[in-house]
Amino acid sequence: MDELSRNDFLKLAGIAGTATAVGEGAPALLRPDAADAAPVKALLLQPQAFTYLTQPEQAFVEAAIDRLIPKDASSPSAKDAGVAYYIDQQLAGAWGTGARQYRQGPWQQGTPEQGYQLNMVPQQLYRIGIAQTNAHCRKTYGKTFDALSSVHQDEILHGLEGGKIALAEVPAKAFFDTLLGNTVEGFFADPLYGGNRNKAGWKAIGFPGVAAAYTGVIERHNIPYRVKPVGIADVEQGMDPDPDRAENDEHRRRVAMMHGNTRREG
Amino acid sequence: MTTRLKSVDVVTIGVGWTGGIVAAELTKAGYHVVGLERGENRNTDPDFEIPQIHDELAYAVRHKFMQDAAKDTYTFRNDVEQTALPIRYLSGFLPGTGLGGAGVHWNGQTWRFLPWDFETRSATVKRYGEEKLNGATSQDWGITYEELEPSFDKFDYAAGIAGKAGNIKGTIQPGGNAFEGPRSREYPNPPMKTSYAGLLFREAAKKLGYHPFPQPSANVTRPYTNPDGAKFGACVYCGYCERFGCEMFAKSSPQLAVIPVAMKTGNYELRTGCNVTKINLDSTGKRAVSVTYVDGLGREFEQPAEMIFLTSFILNNVRLLLVSGVGKPYDPASGEGVIGRNYTYQMNTGGTYFFNNKAFNSFMGAGAMGVAVDDFNGDNFDHRDVDFVGGAYLLVGSTGARPIQYHPVPPGTPSWGAEWKKQVVKYYDRAIGINASGGVQAYRGNYLDLDPTYRDAYGLPLLRITFDWGPNELNQSKFMAEILKKIGKAINADIVAVAPRTGHYNSTIYQSTHNIGGAIMGSDPENSAVNKYLQSWDVHNVFVLGASAFPQNSAYNPTAMLCALAYWNVDNVIKNYVKHPGPLV
Repeated sequence: MDELSRNDFLKLAGIAGTATAVGEGAPALLRPDAADAAPVKALLLQPQAFTYLTQPEQAFVEAAIDRLIPKDASSPSAKDAGVAYYIDQQLAGAWGTGARQYRQGPWQQGTPEQGYQLNMVPQQLYRIGIAQTNAHCRKTYGKTFDALSSVHQDEILHGLEGGKIALAEVPAKAFFDTLLGNTVEGFFADPLYGGNRNKAGWKAIGFPGVAAAYTGVIERHNIPYRVKPVGIADVEQGMDPDPDRAENDEHRRRVAMMHGNTRREG
Repeated sequence: MTTRLKSVDVVTIGVGWTGGIVAAELTKAGYHVVGLERGENRNTDPDFEIPQIHDELAYAVRHKFMQDAAKDTYTFRNDVEQTALPIRYLSGFLPGTGLGGAGVHWNGQTWRFLPWDFETRSATVKRYGEEKLNGATSQDWGITYEELEPSFDKFDYAAGIAGKAGNIKGTIQPGGNAFEGPRSREYPNPPMKTSYAGLLFREAAKKLGYHPFPQPSANVTRPYTNPDGAKFGACVYCGYCERFGCEMFAKSSPQLAVIPVAMKTGNYELRTGCNVTKINLDSTGKRAVSVTYVDGLGREFEQPAEMIFLTSFILNNVRLLLVSGVGKPYDPASGEGVIGRNYTYQMNTGGTYFFNNKAFNSFMGAGAMGVAVDDFNGDNFDHRDVDFVGGAYLLVGSTGARPIQYHPVPPGTPSWGAEWKKQVVKYYDRAIGINASGGVQAYRGNYLDLDPTYRDAYGLPLLRITFDWGPNELNQSKFMAEILKKIGKAINADIVAVAPRTGHYNSTIYQSTHNIGGAIMGSDPENSAVNKYLQSWDVHNVFVLGASAFPQNSAYNPTAMLCALAYWNVDNVIKNYVKHPGPLV
């Protein structure tokens, strides 16, 4: 067990087909197509839809994130990787409604070292930030942000980031930093959250995803380890329900047997 | 209405490493221990199971295992002239919550402090004169490394620490840290494997005449059973330690090493979802009689106990002492009082090294996998020509490269757009980091007290943190930055990005969760909150464990230190306190 490999992880997790493709004795440099060829079953399809952002807000977010992480040879853009849906879901959920934010008053602006002091949860930061940025764009160019040329879009984004554009009811930089932070999150987070579609972000940089057990390969120095990335949903859904169940139970049984079950009753 | 419960021998307030150690040792000795933990109960199976535990967004970014600022946070300011404001999103440091505390989501970097650390003030004054301290109020600990060695050893074996000894009973061991204090025997488990980044650093460090060695690790390197029969698995280098739980039973934690030991005795009762709001004293104020807590249903209980151990995160330990009136609050204007005194932190100076033609597979790793250099730590080098006291250890840590938080780009790269993306793709796996983890000295103006304005979900005042870097820290950072640049040349990096820390401490940027001090140990009740046995000078049946006891911070990570102190404390309680309750000093 101390030599548990990624191969074993996949086996334990039930992706038996992939396990044969990257089995022990496979060459150190695993070509992506080796794993691609394995008979991993198709994931259950989940429809994507916006639940928090209004239509003008959707247009703004999609246009903005298409500039923040644009398409290139390595991957699609953040927009094409579904990051607008990621942002929408985050806004609709716990984070967007102020989870883990201390929300008691009194409120006053502090120093940069004291951090975020707005009486506002992320939903409001986006709603007000988008509306006022669009108002600025209409005043300057006669169009909303999504209808601008990419050159003008970049100019606006730089203006928000660098403090050249001031918004009346929200600090422009706080809005921009949150948007950029969320875009990077969505591009690299597990695809189950709506972004990083087809693991576009992970493939671009060579991140293998959640199937991670490297005892046998970590000392193969300076040899790139590149495999088809695996997400949480692949493990949970990528196989027949029954064998899946059995494999997971088997995994738990083996781990519990080896190390003693620490779960306490009551 | 408060329900008064039946009295017990021992209550621990918080169940992480220190609460777990106290529980294991006292229940083995036959005492009835109640562990009150404000957070949830959680264990490897099923709470840290794959694949869900490998979710960077949930655990590393949204802080699933951490203290919820919506219920409880801190206020912060850089100096007494400012108005402290609440830290509305905890981000600069991340206190844990729930069973095991930060012992669940730590990296496992396991250091014994240097013998010098325990006598920072006297050794510095003796060798260099008082002025070398640059006005620091740093103190000696009132205990020596030698006295504590058996307790460090006990922790190493209880937790299954992996490493290579550098000094066994005074004999220097090849391959270990030659600067460490003498240890009584070898580590229980062999050191971790070496990453490519670690290998390059080791070679460069040797070239420069430094003394590299594998970092001591609580990521257990082979199946292991500790002296109490608790079992561990072997680390698989998955790269998900910091902020995550371990699915392999391989990252030593209270749940693995000590809590099952307490459970097995039948003398331990764990109550989760129970938040202690006060320690109640008798009419003399010299003895504690009980603690008050609120459970998940909102019911208030009074739990009487013979002995009360504060075993929560340091900031919460200090706050509970202040709201309960145990010990005299510190006043920075007069320099008098002890609770809140000598609050310190950790100074990290980082270097990033970019290579055009290497592959590091940085996503592989373990929280404490790394190669370290101790040549510039403590008083391991001559300080006559430098303008600070103490130092830093250098580390290449291969802790995993989860991509939301790790995607380094060379200096001058835009923060978004096509060029940013190009550089992220190019360097994601072609860069390594070397960190100088530095000590922080105490100063008169850096302290903890109760905030006059803001309150938590229970109506208690938030703890107010007043903190900024002092001259020792900023000068140290400048010095370490030069060393890190020198390493950049020796390691043949194509681009080296190193910058010393300057300006004010910033509470919004994650730097470390090594908050330190505020209820410090010492030999004088005028300038320490607890004696060398971690016993309150004022209330003899109250023991305050954890990093709140460190008079100032060493360069090292605090966990092994605070666990050794917990063993030291509880061994002395069993040996000397329970038969004759009263002041131990």
